[in-house]
Amino acid sequence: MKILEINHCKKQFDGVEVLKDISLSVKQGQVVSIIGPSGSGKSTLLRCATMLETMDGGDLIYLGQYAVRDEEGKARYASPQELREIQQYFGLVFQNFNLFPHYSVLKNIMDAPVHVQKRNKEEVRNEAFELLKKMGLYDRADAYPHQLSGGQQQRVSIARALAMKPQILFFDEPTSALDPELTGEILKVIKSLAAEHMTMVIVTHEMAFARDVADHVIFMDGGVIVEEGCPADVISNPKNERTQAFLSRFQS
Amino acid sequence: MAMMLSQLGEGMIKTCGIFFWTLLFSLPLGMIVAFGRMAKNPLLRNFTRLYIAVMRGTPLMLQLFVVYFGPFYLFGWKLSTSWRFFAVIIGFVLNYAAYFAEIYRSGIQSMPVGQYEAAKVLGYNKNQTFFKIVLPQVIKRILPSITNEVITLVKDTSLAFAIAYSEMFTAAKEIAAASKSMTALFVAGVFYFIFNLLVDFLMGKLEKKLDYYH
Repeated sequence: MKILEINHCKKQFDGVEVLKDISLSVKQGQVVSIIGPSGSGKSTLLRCATMLETMDGGDLIYLGQYAVRDEEGKARYASPQELREIQQYFGLVFQNFNLFPHYSVLKNIMDAPVHVQKRNKEEVRNEAFELLKKMGLYDRADAYPHQLSGGQQQRVSIARALAMKPQILFFDEPTSALDPELTGEILKVIKSLAAEHMTMVIVTHEMAFARDVADHVIFMDGGVIVEEGCPADVISNPKNERTQAFLSRFQS
Repeated sequence: MAMMLSQLGEGMIKTCGIFFWTLLFSLPLGMIVAFGRMAKNPLLRNFTRLYIAVMRGTPLMLQLFVVYFGPFYLFGWKLSTSWRFFAVIIGFVLNYAAYFAEIYRSGIQSMPVGQYEAAKVLGYNKNQTFFKIVLPQVIKRILPSITNEVITLVKDTSLAFAIAYSEMFTAAKEIAAASKSMTALFVAGVFYFIFNLLVDFLMGKLEKKLDYYH
Protein backbone atom coordinates (compact mmCIF):
# COMPACT_ATOMS: atom_id res chain seq x y z
CA MET A 1 0.00 0.00 0.00
CA LYS A 2 1.22 3.47 -0.81
CA ILE A 3 1.47 5.65 2.29
CA LEU A 4 2.73 8.74 0.52
CA GLU A 5 2.57 9.82 -3.06
CA ILE A 6 3.90 13.07 -4.48
CA ASN A 7 3.31 13.87 -8.13
CA HIS A 8 4.98 16.69 -10.04
CA CYS A 9 5.61 18.81 -6.97
CA LYS A 10 6.71 22.34 -7.83
CA LYS A 11 7.81 25.07 -5.49
CA GLN A 12 9.42 28.43 -6.02
CA PHE A 13 10.62 31.14 -3.66
CA ASP A 14 10.55 34.64 -5.16
CA GLY A 15 10.76 33.36 -8.68
CA VAL A 16 13.54 30.88 -7.94
CA GLU A 17 12.46 27.34 -8.68
CA VAL A 18 13.51 25.24 -5.71
CA LEU A 19 11.57 22.12 -6.67
CA LYS A 20 11.08 21.34 -10.32
CA ASP A 21 8.63 18.54 -10.90
CA ILE A 22 9.41 16.07 -8.12
CA SER A 23 7.55 12.77 -7.97
CA LEU A 24 8.02 10.00 -5.48
CA SER A 25 6.05 7.41 -3.60
CA VAL A 26 6.62 5.61 -0.35
CA LYS A 27 5.13 2.20 0.36
CA GLN A 28 4.22 0.90 3.77
CA GLY A 29 7.29 -0.21 5.72
CA GLN A 30 9.66 1.41 3.26
CA VAL A 31 12.60 3.52 4.41
CA VAL A 32 13.51 6.23 1.93
CA SER A 33 16.63 8.35 2.26
CA ILE A 34 16.95 11.65 0.49
CA ILE A 35 20.51 12.81 -0.01
CA GLY A 36 22.04 15.70 -1.88
CA PRO A 37 24.05 18.88 -1.47
CA SER A 38 22.82 21.91 0.50
CA GLY A 39 20.31 23.91 -1.51
CA SER A 40 19.32 20.90 -3.58
CA GLY A 41 15.72 21.28 -2.36
CA LYS A 42 15.56 18.16 -0.20
CA SER A 43 14.51 20.01 2.95
CA THR A 44 11.97 22.04 0.99
CA LEU A 45 10.54 18.81 -0.38
CA LEU A 46 10.19 17.49 3.15
CA ARG A 47 8.55 20.73 4.27
CA CYS A 48 6.10 20.56 1.37
CA ALA A 49 5.28 16.96 2.24
CA THR A 50 4.64 17.91 5.88
CA MET A 51 2.65 20.99 4.83
CA LEU A 52 5.00 23.46 6.52
CA GLU A 53 5.44 24.97 3.06
CA THR A 54 2.71 25.21 0.47
CA MET A 55 3.32 23.60 -2.90
CA ASP A 56 2.80 25.70 -6.02
CA GLY A 57 1.77 22.75 -8.14
CA GLY A 58 1.41 18.98 -7.96
CA ASP A 59 -0.37 16.34 -5.91
CA LEU A 60 0.26 15.34 -2.32
CA ILE A 61 -1.52 12.14 -1.35
CA TYR A 62 -1.50 10.29 1.95
CA LEU A 63 -3.10 6.84 2.03
CA GLY A 64 -5.05 7.63 -1.09
CA GLN A 65 -6.41 10.84 0.40
CA TYR A 66 -5.57 14.04 -1.46
CA ALA A 67 -4.05 16.79 0.66
CA VAL A 68 -3.12 18.72 -2.44
CA ARG A 69 -4.53 18.19 -5.92
CA ASP A 70 -3.05 19.61 -9.06
CA GLU A 71 -5.57 21.59 -11.04
CA GLU A 72 -4.15 22.82 -14.32
CA GLY A 73 -0.70 23.30 -12.83
CA LYS A 74 -1.98 24.98 -9.68
CA ALA A 75 -1.94 23.28 -6.30
CA ARG A 76 -5.34 23.19 -4.62
CA TYR A 77 -5.37 22.28 -0.95
CA ALA A 78 -8.11 20.20 0.63
CA SER A 79 -10.48 21.72 3.20
CA PRO A 80 -9.01 22.57 6.63
CA GLN A 81 -11.00 19.72 8.11
CA GLU A 82 -9.56 17.17 5.66
CA LEU A 83 -6.08 18.58 6.16
CA ARG A 84 -6.42 18.16 9.92
CA GLU A 85 -7.26 14.53 9.35
CA ILE A 86 -4.35 14.04 6.96
CA GLN A 87 -2.05 15.83 9.40
CA GLN A 88 -2.51 12.86 11.72
CA TYR A 89 -1.00 10.46 9.21
CA PHE A 90 2.52 11.78 9.47
CA GLY A 91 5.05 12.89 12.05
CA LEU A 92 8.16 14.98 11.66
CA VAL A 93 11.44 15.00 13.54
CA PHE A 94 13.25 18.32 13.21
CA GLN A 95 16.91 19.04 12.90
CA ASN A 96 16.76 21.27 16.00
CA PHE A 97 14.34 19.00 17.89
CA ASN A 98 11.93 21.87 18.63
CA LEU A 99 10.85 20.38 21.93
CA PHE A 100 8.62 22.57 24.07
CA PRO A 101 11.06 23.90 26.69
CA HIS A 102 8.40 24.65 29.31
CA TYR A 103 7.08 21.08 29.26
CA SER A 104 8.73 18.12 30.93
CA VAL A 105 9.84 15.21 28.77
CA LEU A 106 6.67 13.32 29.64
CA LYS A 107 4.38 16.25 28.90
CA ASN A 108 6.16 16.90 25.60
CA ILE A 109 5.23 13.36 24.59
CA MET A 110 1.75 13.20 26.13
CA ASP A 111 0.29 16.60 25.46
CA ALA A 112 -0.65 16.30 21.79
CA PRO A 113 -2.08 12.76 22.00
CA VAL A 114 -4.21 13.88 24.96
CA HIS A 115 -5.24 17.36 23.81
CA VAL A 116 -5.18 17.03 20.04
CA GLN A 117 -6.18 13.41 19.53
CA LYS A 118 -8.30 13.43 22.71
CA ARG A 119 -7.08 10.01 23.71
CA ASN A 120 -7.35 8.53 27.17
CA LYS A 121 -4.73 10.04 29.44
CA GLU A 122 -3.78 6.89 31.31
CA GLU A 123 -3.42 4.93 28.12
CA VAL A 124 -1.26 7.68 26.60
CA ARG A 125 0.87 7.81 29.74
CA ASN A 126 1.55 4.09 29.56
CA GLU A 127 2.48 4.37 25.91
CA ALA A 128 4.70 7.37 26.64
CA PHE A 129 6.65 5.35 29.20
CA GLU A 130 6.92 2.48 26.72
CA LEU A 131 8.38 4.88 24.18
CA LEU A 132 10.76 6.36 26.74
CA LYS A 133 11.93 2.88 27.65
CA LYS A 134 12.58 2.19 23.99
CA MET A 135 14.54 5.43 23.71
CA GLY A 136 16.55 4.61 26.82
CA LEU A 137 15.10 7.59 28.68
CA TYR A 138 12.73 5.90 31.08
CA ASP A 139 14.27 7.66 34.08
CA ARG A 140 14.20 11.13 32.46
CA ALA A 141 10.42 11.50 32.20
CA ASP A 142 10.35 14.42 34.65
CA ALA A 143 13.39 16.21 33.23
CA TYR A 144 13.07 19.38 31.16
CA PRO A 145 14.58 19.56 27.68
CA HIS A 146 17.40 21.92 28.71
CA GLN A 147 18.62 19.32 31.21
CA LEU A 148 19.20 16.77 28.44
CA SER A 149 21.99 16.35 25.92
CA GLY A 150 21.25 17.02 22.26
CA GLY A 151 21.05 13.30 21.53
CA GLN A 152 18.62 12.77 24.39
CA GLN A 153 16.50 15.72 23.22
CA GLN A 154 16.36 14.28 19.74
CA ARG A 155 15.28 10.91 21.14
CA VAL A 156 12.51 12.65 23.09
CA SER A 157 11.38 14.40 19.91
CA ILE A 158 11.27 11.03 18.12
CA ALA A 159 9.19 9.66 20.99
CA ARG A 160 6.92 12.72 20.77
CA ALA A 161 6.35 12.09 17.07
CA LEU A 162 5.74 8.36 17.59
CA ALA A 163 3.24 8.99 20.39
CA MET A 164 0.87 10.35 17.73
CA LYS A 165 0.96 6.93 16.04
CA PRO A 166 1.79 8.26 12.59
CA GLN A 167 1.65 6.10 9.50
CA ILE A 168 4.85 7.67 8.26
CA LEU A 169 7.66 9.50 9.99
CA PHE A 170 9.80 12.19 8.37
CA PHE A 171 13.27 13.11 9.59
CA ASP A 172 14.80 16.42 8.54
CA GLU A 173 18.55 15.97 9.00
CA PRO A 174 18.02 14.48 12.46
CA THR A 175 21.71 14.34 13.33
CA SER A 176 22.97 17.60 11.82
CA ALA A 177 22.73 19.52 15.10
CA LEU A 178 24.56 16.81 17.02
CA ASP A 179 28.25 16.09 17.47
CA PRO A 180 29.50 12.82 15.95
CA GLU A 181 29.45 11.04 19.28
CA LEU A 182 25.73 11.69 19.74
CA THR A 183 24.88 11.00 16.10
CA GLY A 184 25.33 7.28 16.67
CA GLU A 185 22.60 7.02 19.30
CA ILE A 186 20.04 8.62 16.99
CA LEU A 187 20.99 6.42 14.08
CA LYS A 188 20.61 3.40 16.34
CA VAL A 189 17.08 4.48 17.24
CA ILE A 190 16.14 4.99 13.59
CA LYS A 191 17.58 1.59 12.72
CA SER A 192 15.48 -0.04 15.43
CA LEU A 193 12.39 1.69 14.00
CA ALA A 194 13.30 0.40 10.55
CA ALA A 195 13.54 -3.10 12.01
CA GLU A 196 9.95 -2.68 13.21
CA HIS A 197 8.94 -1.70 9.67
CA MET A 198 8.13 1.89 10.48
CA THR A 199 7.61 3.80 7.24
CA MET A 200 10.17 6.59 7.15
CA VAL A 201 11.56 9.32 4.92
CA ILE A 202 14.95 10.58 6.05
CA VAL A 203 16.78 13.60 4.74
CA THR A 204 20.36 13.04 5.79
CA HIS A 205 24.02 13.80 5.21
CA GLU A 206 25.06 10.49 6.73
CA MET A 207 25.85 8.47 3.62
CA ALA A 208 26.92 5.33 5.44
CA PHE A 209 23.72 5.45 7.41
CA ALA A 210 21.57 6.01 4.33
CA ARG A 211 23.21 3.01 2.74
CA ASP A 212 22.67 0.79 5.78
CA VAL A 213 19.12 1.67 6.71
CA ALA A 214 17.31 2.75 3.53
CA ASP A 215 15.51 0.54 1.03
CA HIS A 216 15.45 3.35 -1.45
CA VAL A 217 17.80 6.28 -1.90
CA ILE A 218 16.95 9.49 -3.73
CA PHE A 219 19.74 11.82 -4.80
CA MET A 220 18.54 15.37 -5.38
CA ASP A 221 20.34 18.29 -6.89
CA GLY A 222 19.12 21.60 -8.27
CA GLY A 223 15.51 20.87 -7.41
CA VAL A 224 15.26 17.63 -9.35
CA ILE A 225 15.72 13.96 -8.56
CA VAL A 226 18.98 13.14 -10.32
CA GLU A 227 19.17 9.48 -9.46
CA GLU A 228 17.26 7.01 -7.33
CA GLY A 229 17.20 3.37 -6.58
CA CYS A 230 18.40 0.86 -4.04
CA PRO A 231 21.33 2.07 -1.89
CA ALA A 232 23.75 -0.41 -3.40
CA ASP A 233 23.24 1.23 -6.79
CA VAL A 234 22.91 4.90 -5.88
CA ILE A 235 25.47 5.18 -3.10
CA SER A 236 27.93 2.42 -3.86
CA ASN A 237 27.75 2.48 -7.61
CA PRO A 238 26.25 5.77 -8.85
CA LYS A 239 25.67 6.15 -12.58
CA ASN A 240 25.06 9.86 -12.84
CA GLU A 241 28.04 12.19 -12.94
CA ARG A 242 26.62 14.59 -10.38
CA THR A 243 25.88 11.78 -7.99
CA GLN A 244 29.39 10.48 -8.44
CA ALA A 245 30.91 13.91 -7.79
CA PHE A 246 28.77 14.42 -4.69
CA LEU A 247 29.50 11.01 -3.24
CA SER A 248 33.23 11.07 -3.99
CA ARG A 249 33.57 13.54 -1.14
CA PHE A 250 32.21 10.98 1.28
CA GLN A 251 34.28 8.03 0.22
CA SER A 252 37.47 9.00 2.05
CA MET B 1 -0.10 64.08 62.57
CA ALA B 2 -2.96 61.62 62.95
CA MET B 3 -5.01 63.89 60.71
CA MET B 4 -2.24 63.88 58.14
CA LEU B 5 -1.91 60.12 58.17
CA SER B 6 -5.64 59.58 57.77
CA GLN B 7 -5.71 61.98 54.83
CA LEU B 8 -2.70 60.29 53.27
CA GLY B 9 -4.21 56.91 54.02
CA GLU B 10 -7.27 57.77 51.95
CA GLY B 11 -4.98 58.90 49.16
CA MET B 12 -3.03 55.67 49.36
CA ILE B 13 -6.19 53.64 48.89
CA LYS B 14 -7.01 55.67 45.80
CA THR B 15 -3.46 55.29 44.50
CA CYS B 16 -3.67 51.53 44.95
CA GLY B 17 -7.03 51.68 43.18
CA ILE B 18 -5.55 53.38 40.12
CA PHE B 19 -2.72 50.85 40.17
CA PHE B 20 -4.87 47.73 40.29
CA TRP B 21 -7.61 48.86 37.92
CA THR B 22 -5.01 49.98 35.40
CA LEU B 23 -3.20 46.65 35.47
CA LEU B 24 -6.43 44.68 35.44
CA PHE B 25 -7.57 46.26 32.18
CA SER B 26 -4.36 47.29 30.44
CA LEU B 27 -2.64 43.91 30.64
CA PRO B 28 -5.33 42.10 28.59
CA LEU B 29 -6.06 45.15 26.42
CA GLY B 30 -2.36 45.31 25.59
CA MET B 31 -2.58 41.78 24.21
CA ILE B 32 -5.43 42.77 21.92
CA VAL B 33 -3.49 45.85 20.78
CA ALA B 34 -0.42 43.67 20.17
CA PHE B 35 -2.49 41.42 17.89
CA GLY B 36 -3.78 44.46 16.06
CA ARG B 37 -0.21 45.67 15.63
CA MET B 38 0.77 42.29 14.11
CA ALA B 39 -2.41 41.84 12.06
CA LYS B 40 -2.26 40.97 8.37
CA ASN B 41 -4.92 43.57 7.58
CA PRO B 42 -2.94 46.76 6.78
CA LEU B 43 -5.77 49.05 7.90
CA LEU B 44 -5.97 47.49 11.34
CA ARG B 45 -2.21 47.24 11.61
CA ASN B 46 -1.58 50.87 10.73
CA PHE B 47 -4.40 52.12 12.92
CA THR B 48 -2.91 50.24 15.87
CA ARG B 49 0.50 51.60 15.00
CA LEU B 50 -0.82 55.13 15.07
CA TYR B 51 -2.56 54.48 18.38
CA ILE B 52 0.66 53.21 19.94
CA ALA B 53 2.64 56.09 18.49
CA VAL B 54 0.25 58.68 19.95
CA MET B 55 0.06 56.96 23.35
CA ARG B 56 3.82 56.70 23.63
CA GLY B 57 4.57 59.98 21.90
CA THR B 58 2.51 62.37 24.01
CA PRO B 59 2.58 63.01 27.78
CA LEU B 60 0.33 60.87 29.91
CA MET B 61 -0.67 64.03 31.76
CA LEU B 62 -1.98 65.54 28.53
CA GLN B 63 -3.85 62.32 27.74
CA LEU B 64 -5.53 62.51 31.14
CA PHE B 65 -6.65 66.05 30.38
CA VAL B 66 -8.08 64.97 27.04
CA VAL B 67 -10.01 62.09 28.55
CA TYR B 68 -11.27 64.19 31.44
CA PHE B 69 -12.19 67.41 29.62
CA GLY B 70 -12.72 65.97 26.14
CA PRO B 71 -16.37 65.00 26.59
CA PHE B 72 -17.21 68.58 27.61
CA TYR B 73 -15.11 70.45 25.07
CA LEU B 74 -15.94 68.14 22.19
CA PHE B 75 -19.59 67.31 22.85
CA GLY B 76 -20.65 69.72 25.56
CA TRP B 77 -21.44 66.86 27.93
CA LYS B 78 -21.49 67.79 31.58
CA LEU B 79 -20.34 64.77 33.50
CA SER B 80 -20.65 64.24 37.23
CA THR B 81 -17.67 64.45 39.57
CA SER B 82 -17.39 60.68 39.63
CA TRP B 83 -16.28 60.97 36.01
CA ARG B 84 -12.92 62.08 37.36
CA PHE B 85 -12.17 58.58 38.63
CA PHE B 86 -13.23 56.93 35.37
CA ALA B 87 -11.23 59.45 33.36
CA VAL B 88 -8.14 58.58 35.38
CA ILE B 89 -8.60 54.83 34.85
CA ILE B 90 -9.45 55.18 31.14
CA GLY B 91 -6.45 57.45 30.59
CA PHE B 92 -4.05 55.11 32.37
CA VAL B 93 -5.44 51.97 30.77
CA LEU B 94 -5.22 53.38 27.25
CA ASN B 95 -1.69 54.59 27.84
CA TYR B 96 -0.33 51.47 29.52
CA ALA B 97 -2.00 49.12 27.05
CA ALA B 98 0.15 50.70 24.33
CA TYR B 99 3.35 50.02 26.26
CA PHE B 100 2.31 46.50 27.20
CA ALA B 101 1.34 45.81 23.58
CA GLU B 102 4.86 46.56 22.42
CA ILE B 103 6.31 44.35 25.14
CA TYR B 104 3.99 41.49 24.15
CA ARG B 105 4.89 41.98 20.52
CA SER B 106 8.60 41.84 21.26
CA GLY B 107 8.04 38.62 23.20
CA ILE B 108 5.84 36.99 20.58
CA GLN B 109 8.14 37.90 17.72
CA SER B 110 11.17 36.58 19.58
CA MET B 111 9.68 33.08 19.65
CA PRO B 112 11.59 30.68 17.41
CA VAL B 113 9.51 29.66 14.39
CA GLY B 114 10.35 26.03 15.19
CA GLN B 115 7.95 26.12 18.13
CA TYR B 116 5.06 27.02 15.81
CA GLU B 117 6.12 24.38 13.31
CA ALA B 118 6.39 21.66 15.94
CA ALA B 119 2.93 22.60 17.21
CA LYS B 120 1.49 22.57 13.70
CA VAL B 121 2.92 19.17 12.83
CA LEU B 122 1.53 17.77 16.09
CA GLY B 123 -1.90 19.04 15.09
CA TYR B 124 -2.40 21.80 17.64
CA ASN B 125 -4.90 24.38 16.43
CA LYS B 126 -4.16 28.11 16.51
CA ASN B 127 -5.66 28.68 19.95
CA GLN B 128 -3.87 25.72 21.50
CA THR B 129 -0.61 26.77 19.90
CA PHE B 130 -0.91 30.28 21.31
CA PHE B 131 -2.18 29.52 24.78
CA LYS B 132 -0.31 26.28 25.48
CA ILE B 133 2.95 26.70 23.62
CA VAL B 134 3.62 30.35 22.82
CA LEU B 135 2.10 32.44 25.62
CA PRO B 136 3.75 30.67 28.58
CA GLN B 137 7.15 31.11 26.97
CA VAL B 138 6.40 34.71 26.03
CA ILE B 139 5.45 35.54 29.62
CA LYS B 140 8.75 34.22 30.87
CA ARG B 141 10.66 36.23 28.28
CA ILE B 142 8.91 39.54 28.90
CA LEU B 143 8.59 39.42 32.68
CA PRO B 144 11.57 41.75 33.34
CA SER B 145 10.15 44.35 30.93
CA ILE B 146 6.70 44.05 32.52
CA THR B 147 8.24 44.61 35.96
CA ASN B 148 9.82 47.78 34.63
CA GLU B 149 6.47 49.08 33.41
CA VAL B 150 4.67 48.16 36.62
CA ILE B 151 7.26 50.05 38.68
CA THR B 152 6.79 53.07 36.43
CA LEU B 153 3.04 52.78 36.88
CA VAL B 154 3.34 52.98 40.68
CA LYS B 155 5.04 56.34 40.32
CA ASP B 156 2.88 57.49 37.39
CA THR B 157 -0.28 57.22 39.51
CA SER B 158 0.80 60.59 40.93
CA LEU B 159 -0.03 62.14 37.53
CA ALA B 160 -3.72 61.83 38.41
CA PHE B 161 -2.90 64.95 40.40
CA ALA B 162 -3.17 66.81 37.07
CA ILE B 163 -6.95 66.45 37.01
CA ALA B 164 -7.28 66.87 40.75
CA TYR B 165 -8.09 63.27 41.52
CA SER B 166 -7.21 63.08 45.19
CA GLU B 167 -4.82 60.15 45.21
CA MET B 168 -1.92 60.16 47.60
CA PHE B 169 0.34 62.63 45.85
CA THR B 170 -2.45 65.17 45.55
CA ALA B 171 -3.21 64.72 49.25
CA ALA B 172 0.43 64.97 50.23
CA LYS B 173 0.88 68.19 48.29
CA GLU B 174 -2.19 69.75 49.88
CA ILE B 175 -1.07 68.77 53.36
CA ALA B 176 2.43 70.06 52.69
CA ALA B 177 1.04 73.40 51.54
CA ALA B 178 -1.35 73.70 54.50
CA SER B 179 1.17 72.69 57.15
CA LYS B 180 4.16 74.40 55.58
CA SER B 181 6.10 71.17 56.12
CA MET B 182 7.73 68.55 53.94
CA THR B 183 6.68 65.69 56.19
CA ALA B 184 3.68 64.62 54.13
CA LEU B 185 5.70 64.59 50.91
CA PHE B 186 8.38 62.57 52.67
CA VAL B 187 5.82 60.03 53.89
CA ALA B 188 4.41 59.83 50.36
CA GLY B 189 7.89 59.18 48.98
CA VAL B 190 8.44 56.38 51.47
CA PHE B 191 5.11 54.89 50.48
CA TYR B 192 5.96 54.81 46.74
CA PHE B 193 9.34 53.37 47.57
CA ILE B 194 7.96 50.55 49.72
CA PHE B 195 5.23 49.87 47.18
CA ASN B 196 7.88 49.37 44.54
CA LEU B 197 10.03 47.22 46.80
CA LEU B 198 7.00 45.01 47.12
CA VAL B 199 6.42 44.96 43.35
CA ASP B 200 10.05 44.11 42.80
CA PHE B 201 9.91 41.34 45.39
CA LEU B 202 6.74 39.74 43.97
CA MET B 203 7.89 39.94 40.37
CA GLY B 204 11.23 38.47 41.42
CA LYS B 205 9.38 35.56 42.99
CA LEU B 206 7.41 35.05 39.80
CA GLU B 207 10.58 35.09 37.72
CA LYS B 208 12.12 32.52 40.04
CA LYS B 209 9.05 30.36 39.66
CA LEU B 210 9.46 30.35 35.89
CA ASP B 211 13.15 29.60 36.20
CA TYR B 212 12.61 25.85 35.92
CA TYR B 213 13.31 25.89 32.19
CA HIS B 214 15.32 27.84 29.65
